[in-house]
Amino acid sequence: MEQMPPLETIQKLEILADAAKYDASCASSGTAKRNSKGGTGVGSTEGMGICHAYAPDGRCISLLKILLTNHCIFDCHYCINRKSSNVRRAKFTPQEVADLTLTFYRRNYIEGLFLSSGIIKSSNHTMELLVETARILREDHDFRGYIHLKTIPEADPDLAHQAGLYADRVSINVELPTDTGLTRLAPDKNSRQIEGAMGGMKMAIRQSKDERKRFKHAPRFAPGGQSTQMIVGADAATDSDIVGKASRLYGNFKLRRVYYSAFSPIPDASAVLPLKRPPLMREHRLYQSDWLMRFYGFAPHEVMQATGADGNLPLDIDPKLAWALKFRQRFPVDVNRAPREDLLRVPGLGTRAVGQILASRRHRSLRLDDVAKLTVSVAKVRPFICTVDWRPTLLTDRADLRSLLAPKQEQLELFAA
Amino acid sequence: MTALQHVKLGTYFVVHMPEPDDFTFWRERARQLVQCDVPPDRVAWVEPGGNGSLFSHGDRRLPVPDDATRVIRASKRFLSIARNVAHHSDPERFSLLYAMLWRLQSNPRLMEDKADSQVRRLEDMDKSVRRDAHKMHAFVRFRMVEDEDGNEHYVAWFEPDHHIVRREAGFFVRRFANMHWSILTPRGCIHWDGETLRESGPAQKSDAPQGDPAEDLWRKYYASIFNPARLKIGAMLKEMPRKYWKNMPEAALIPELVAGAQKRESEMVDAGAMQFEDRPETLAAIDKAIHACRKCPIGSLENQAVMGEGPDDASLMIVGEQPGDQEDQAGKPFVGPAGQVLDAALETAGIERSQTYVTNAVKHFKYVQRGKRRLHQSPTAKEIDVCRWWHEAERAIVKPKVVLAMGASAARAMLGKTVSITQARGEPIPLDDGSELWVTAHPSYLLRLNGEAKAEQERLFAADLAAVKERLGELVE
Repeated sequence: MEQMPPLETIQKLEILADAAKYDASCASSGTAKRNSKGGTGVGSTEGMGICHAYAPDGRCISLLKILLTNHCIFDCHYCINRKSSNVRRAKFTPQEVADLTLTFYRRNYIEGLFLSSGIIKSSNHTMELLVETARILREDHDFRGYIHLKTIPEADPDLAHQAGLYADRVSINVELPTDTGLTRLAPDKNSRQIEGAMGGMKMAIRQSKDERKRFKHAPRFAPGGQSTQMIVGADAATDSDIVGKASRLYGNFKLRRVYYSAFSPIPDASAVLPLKRPPLMREHRLYQSDWLMRFYGFAPHEVMQATGADGNLPLDIDPKLAWALKFRQRFPVDVNRAPREDLLRVPGLGTRAVGQILASRRHRSLRLDDVAKLTVSVAKVRPFICTVDWRPTLLTDRADLRSLLAPKQEQLELFAA
Repeated sequence: MTALQHVKLGTYFVVHMPEPDDFTFWRERARQLVQCDVPPDRVAWVEPGGNGSLFSHGDRRLPVPDDATRVIRASKRFLSIARNVAHHSDPERFSLLYAMLWRLQSNPRLMEDKADSQVRRLEDMDKSVRRDAHKMHAFVRFRMVEDEDGNEHYVAWFEPDHHIVRREAGFFVRRFANMHWSILTPRGCIHWDGETLRESGPAQKSDAPQGDPAEDLWRKYYASIFNPARLKIGAMLKEMPRKYWKNMPEAALIPELVAGAQKRESEMVDAGAMQFEDRPETLAAIDKAIHACRKCPIGSLENQAVMGEGPDDASLMIVGEQPGDQEDQAGKPFVGPAGQVLDAALETAGIERSQTYVTNAVKHFKYVQRGKRRLHQSPTAKEIDVCRWWHEAERAIVKPKVVLAMGASAARAMLGKTVSITQARGEPIPLDDGSELWVTAHPSYLLRLNGEAKAEQERLFAADLAAVKERLGELVE
């Protein structure tokens, strides 16, 4: 019999979900396939993650994303749960979180649990509670859905290892893109410790993969890999710094994802933080640059070439267009002859469109109309390609090309001060 | 009559589909028709309940091919797309599939031509079916009911765009293998009892349970996880179009969340009360600004701001906690009892107070009124952090080589975290701007001690000052 939770649970849920909303990640993809057939509980993962709802902030709600507690002995300035912050505090027991997860999962609200926590008593004590929650779900309830555990870098490596055995994904936040930012805004944290813990995770994930090649029943360790998150706009780091840091993290720690979270003004903010939020567009541009590196064959230094004099990516146009405008000698690209890597550089052509161009041109010589059918906006693509019936001639070299392609400025209100 | 004669005579054929999503049936009939060389414009495909009036005169008996072993080919890509397109709600889907199969016989690689309009249409239909299936996985919402025996039964009402209910049963069986559940839809229902899957005819919304107490929890979660500082309604609508909202318990909250978002954000910012302007660039400007500062509750007490005092190029800056009763009345730092202790100790160490910039971490006197007396109260970490703004402005102008923080509050103001005086004293701590920080006890602490402990602390305090004096000597040379 499923017990309906007492009223108190709803208040704790409100506080602890509210406290977790500054975490960007909600992915539930990329883990091992499994289902509940032949078991006693519920749950399945089939490779692709599922977003069960979308919030008005545009973000996917895939997991029950909460903190075990928002009590914290640390005092990180950008964090709403820091010791000196004046917020309502609450604490769940591992059993309560497990029950809540199952209540939601059985109604098909979620794919699983994303559990994080403020630090109570000690890093080890907190990590033990996180691991216990995952253990209750996996062992007592045979839960086969998705579990993402936030790992505390200061905790004992053995505990982090246990977390990896129960969880699909583990993550450790690097928090800020630069060491000076971290020292200033998160005085209790230390980048060497964070990166050390990420390195440990990388080794454990790799080792488990090796073992499973040799022994079919070797335990899985975080089959969904590890990820991290950086806060954008709380310190002075430029987009160049951030892109550089992200590419080092991808390289050194084999991360699945680096998430960027635009710093949000939080209630009870600390005086050392900027008051205003950075434009949301900045976060979006960083994700686009992340995509360029992961799927479009851009090297980190090439993304950095797209930044302006201040080291930041332009906000009005996407980084791929910014790069193309700087390297016009690489264009126009002939869609009927150019190799995939060159087509991927054309602003306005996505990976899918490039795949379709490559398949179609075996059957016909592509005309501008054909390209138009395969892309969202041929006007954006046109200056950078040639087809059988189209050459941009002078268009590619026009000095005002940027203003032709950039979205029109919003008209100012009349009489605006 | 042979098949060839049928065609030559211009006979039309009608195929009545037994189920709206029966791909296997379509494949059998389509193969037979292609074997008989019946072109697409001579066949009508009618789904159950659909009307074939256009071809009502068509022949229901299909021709028998002369050579039933004749191989009909179709590319893998076509087959995988066709299996999905068969579930689409477009009544033309089977005709379109047949037309494509017909064309594939002369051009086997036709599916690769993404610019062909029929290929594109099929691809779009395929995408639409897959999206509908994905949204079904995502947006089905079970409600729990108990039967007479107290067993839990999870029931959902869902309205798919296409004929996908049977197709997606496997997903829910794999996920909820050990639950009893039913998914009711206007296109037919599926039921799982933990062992077998059962199908039944179309249902109505009123057949499904109307609520579930867990939905209150879920709505609370939905409202709390939403960050009002970011509003991207377009992104939400793209992935969760309005047509799905009516069957999702959380969607009822969306209008009020959106309406409240801007208001909530400005409240969040106001609650932080951090509307700081540009940092003042002269000591006089800081002096003026701190008198008007009400960023924290201390500023609203009956007191006056006390500005730091000393040369604007001093190489030593001494930072205390906050003005006391006498400082507040005088408007000058360190003039009360603690100031006298400090003055004496400075003189012993050989440090000129007149050459030193003396200030406080918090600019206003925090107290509680007890009768006629105002009793000192320590500032909270939050209040210290807020006042750090002013104190950093002073430091940016004076640019001291050494900062001496007296007491835990001053140390917090400098470091942004709380440190233990016992552990931090006696060693320089480098600061961001290249200067160094020394930490010692607050002189008022010495006033509260007696006997042995007092003597010991006075000795340590003197030693800290002596070390600072020595360090200053090294740095200034």
